Amino acid sequence: MIDYIRANPGRSGIVGIVLLAILMSSVSIVRETQQGVVTRLGKPVRIVNSFETGEKFGERGAGLNAKIPFIENIVWIDKRVRDLDMDAQQVLSTDQRRLEVDAFARYRVVDPLRMFIAARSEDRVEQALRPILGSQLRNELGKRPFASLLSPEREGAMENIRDGLNRIAEQYGVEIVDVRIKKADLPTGAPLDSLFARMRSAREQEARSIRAEGAKRAQIIRAEADAEAAQIYAASFGRDPQFYDFYRAMQSYQTTFLGDGRGQPAPTTIIMSPDNEYLREFNGNR
Amino acid sequence: MSFLSGWAARGRGLFADNKGPWGSPPSGEGGPNDPTPGPWGKNAPKRPRGDGLGGGVSSLEEFLERNRRRFGGSGGGGGGGTGLVPDRSIYFWAFLGLITLWLLFTTFHRIAPEERGVVTLFGRYHATLEPGIGMTLPAPISSVQKVNVAEIRGIDVGSATEETLVLTGDQNLVDIAYRVLWSIRDPEQFLFELRTPEDTIRQVAESSMRQVVSQMSLNDVLGIRRGEIEALVRDEIQQTLERYDSGVIIRNVSIRQADPPAAVNEAFKDVTAAQQDAESEINKSNAYALQLRQLAQGEATAFDKVYEQYKLAPDVTRKRMYYETMERILRNVEKTIVETPGVTPYLPLNQIERSRAQQQRSQQGQQGTGQ
Repeated sequence: MIDYIRANPGRSGIVGIVLLAILMSSVSIVRETQQGVVTRLGKPVRIVNSFETGEKFGERGAGLNAKIPFIENIVWIDKRVRDLDMDAQQVLSTDQRRLEVDAFARYRVVDPLRMFIAARSEDRVEQALRPILGSQLRNELGKRPFASLLSPEREGAMENIRDGLNRIAEQYGVEIVDVRIKKADLPTGAPLDSLFARMRSAREQEARSIRAEGAKRAQIIRAEADAEAAQIYAASFGRDPQFYDFYRAMQSYQTTFLGDGRGQPAPTTIIMSPDNEYLREFNGNR
Repeated sequence: MSFLSGWAARGRGLFADNKGPWGSPPSGEGGPNDPTPGPWGKNAPKRPRGDGLGGGVSSLEEFLERNRRRFGGSGGGGGGGTGLVPDRSIYFWAFLGLITLWLLFTTFHRIAPEERGVVTLFGRYHATLEPGIGMTLPAPISSVQKVNVAEIRGIDVGSATEETLVLTGDQNLVDIAYRVLWSIRDPEQFLFELRTPEDTIRQVAESSMRQVVSQMSLNDVLGIRRGEIEALVRDEIQQTLERYDSGVIIRNVSIRQADPPAAVNEAFKDVTAAQQDAESEINKSNAYALQLRQLAQGEATAFDKVYEQYKLAPDVTRKRMYYETMERILRNVEKTIVETPGVTPYLPLNQIERSRAQQQRSQQGQQGTGQ
């Protein structure tokens, strides 16, 4: 044998390559992230490393896998959780308001054979499911008033959408793990502008009420002080109203004619009658 | 390293083994393998020495020398044929070296303290290497993916320059930017369960933030309940990622910024201004109240003091106060006394004006004495 190889290195090389090719194509490496549909001349015959819930890595079908060379082929299908993203959808609520909803779903191929027969590749599954996700979303959310659209999770809407989508996804051998809303925005233009206007007017109202509240409290403080001052005066002056009258009159004359030291009073000219009380002695007529 | 020298020895043995058969029958086989006898002829005297030694000990030197000569001498000799037979050995050595290196690199794996090495055997998960030096089967059989489990990775959603508007529960919008810090908890799950882990975390984060914010009022988001929101969002992301078996742990969610949208920011600032205004209004009236109270107390006390004295001698005090006040007043004002009844007084108004002017000129002094 060795002698033969030595004698015919060219021929033996070719033979070796052919043997290697046969060996390579009779064994395939199955990764943990993949599941494979083995087809014999195009007809699916068995599945390798198919997904099972609760499986542990390294315990199932991944690894080396034997197949009949050239006759059997393996079509690889992703085993991981994949993303099904869709374009934003306009949803009309029961009270005729619009909301732009951007959602995504996570799915996993759980039945690779069915998926292979129905769609052949993940991309085509996604193409098929995307419009269904959109319509499920519109249907489910369209049953609700706008206010509850904002947090549809609270009412189990997402579960309904997921279940609805799952019914169709089953036909593709796909399981929807989760549907979530990424964004819920008001459409730009009139709805957004009117929301901004509402926010603005709400703030204006708040600002106004804060100012009014401040003015109110300020006024109360002043009034309380006035009342307290009046009380102090009354308690003191009430002891002899007649004397207070006199005392205050004296103070008042002085302030009026001479000023209280704070501002300049107007110059005063007094014309007195000799009958004035002050000039009683001046007349000497007593 | 015994392993390495073993390989080397084996290589040498192989080489020595090869040398004999290729060396001795060159002319006999002839034909296609040996189209250029020139070089071989030159080499011929050398050969017996190599064979005589028998072992592989000197074969390296011989090999080198032979090659040196071959490359030097056979330039014109011609082409591929020359290379084929003798160059088998240089290819062999290079091949052997590569194999050794390759084995070395693919069987020993240095795992840094913050890393884990996930080993797959023909694609099947085999084991996870802990930090240190780990050994596996060589490359096409085993492969190792190193995953950094200590590194804390960040995902930023929203930025200072771009608005990320989220609807709140009371149908307002808030511009929010936050950062999600995560790290890998379970390297096997992280590698095998999600197709696009980072995208998934980002999408789930956006979704969770929207969900939590949509159950809060605008003031909650802008103000005091921020910490609560961060905790809720973190839990929500974690729960969702658990459902995907992602092997990811969310370390922290921090809201970097939560502001009203730029379009209505002015109105929000006005609210703050209104609060300041109200505050200052209240402060002013507090000052007024304090002043008024002090004044009242002062005046009342002054009256009380005077009244105490007045009560002791009412008439005298009253007269004294009257005269003193009159004195103070009349001393400082223009006075006209009309004495005789029946005489119509002539009021020199222009003179009054003039005297007023004079008075104004000397006002300062008069004021001083008047008080």
